Amino acid sequence: MTLTPSLKEAMLSAVPSLRAFAISLSGNIDRADDLVQETLLRAIANIDSFQPGTNMSAWMFTILRNLFRSEYRKRRREVEDTDGSYAESLKSHPEQGSRLEFQEFRAALAKLPPDQREALILVGASGFSYEEAANICGCAVGTIKSRVNRARTRLADLLSIEGSEDFGPDQSTRAIMAAGGRG
Amino acid sequence: MMKEDDKPGRPGPMQTEVTQRKPRGRLGREVQNKIGQQLRAMYDDVVNAGVPDRFADMLRKLDEHKNGDQEKGSVA
Repeated sequence: MTLTPSLKEAMLSAVPSLRAFAISLSGNIDRADDLVQETLLRAIANIDSFQPGTNMSAWMFTILRNLFRSEYRKRRREVEDTDGSYAESLKSHPEQGSRLEFQEFRAALAKLPPDQREALILVGASGFSYEEAANICGCAVGTIKSRVNRARTRLADLLSIEGSEDFGPDQSTRAIMAAGGRG
Repeated sequence: MMKEDDKPGRPGPMQTEVTQRKPRGRLGREVQNKIGQQLRAMYDDVVNAGVPDRFADMLRKLDEHKNGDQEKGSVA
């Protein structure tokens, strides 16, 4: 099977949300774009295994997610301190009045375990159903549901903690604050 | 409770708030909505940036290559 214009179109139109997903996974915009590029290359190389009529976006999310996973396993240590660059990459959020809230939110999101973060993003932001998210992550629907629930609970905890002084500004929070100050 | 994300070696002096349990899995609707809103706002921020030229160019170039030298077809 060749890469028809319509398949190519479908791939391109998946790019914006692939990027958003990649940024929320990797916490770094450059890494995210590399991931998206690698995903596109893999998708093109493996277009034979794409089933026409199925969801191109979901297929590419699966590729990206697996790429990230294998990379993450290799570089676990690095990933832990990307929060700062993530904040850096997203420092300006024009229209929102409550920018501080967003900064807190991003910092909190970066603290979630990867399993929970990806589940929450897929369901809560990418708009996939629990079933689709389960397919993308290669796990059971129930697992996705519980990850999403845990993610929400943890976020709620983190956000209320960080609203007060109790948690003490850690490195990522400080980086975010600094980024915000320049925005 | 304090696994991967809590820095070991740095016990917060004011952990009392943290250990105060909330009923599990019963977030208020308001909290859930707020999380959902912020999540989407953050995500849409990136989505609205569209397709960077880099990727559009990549696919275009790929086409040119393909047309240039048709190599062995895809036999699976």
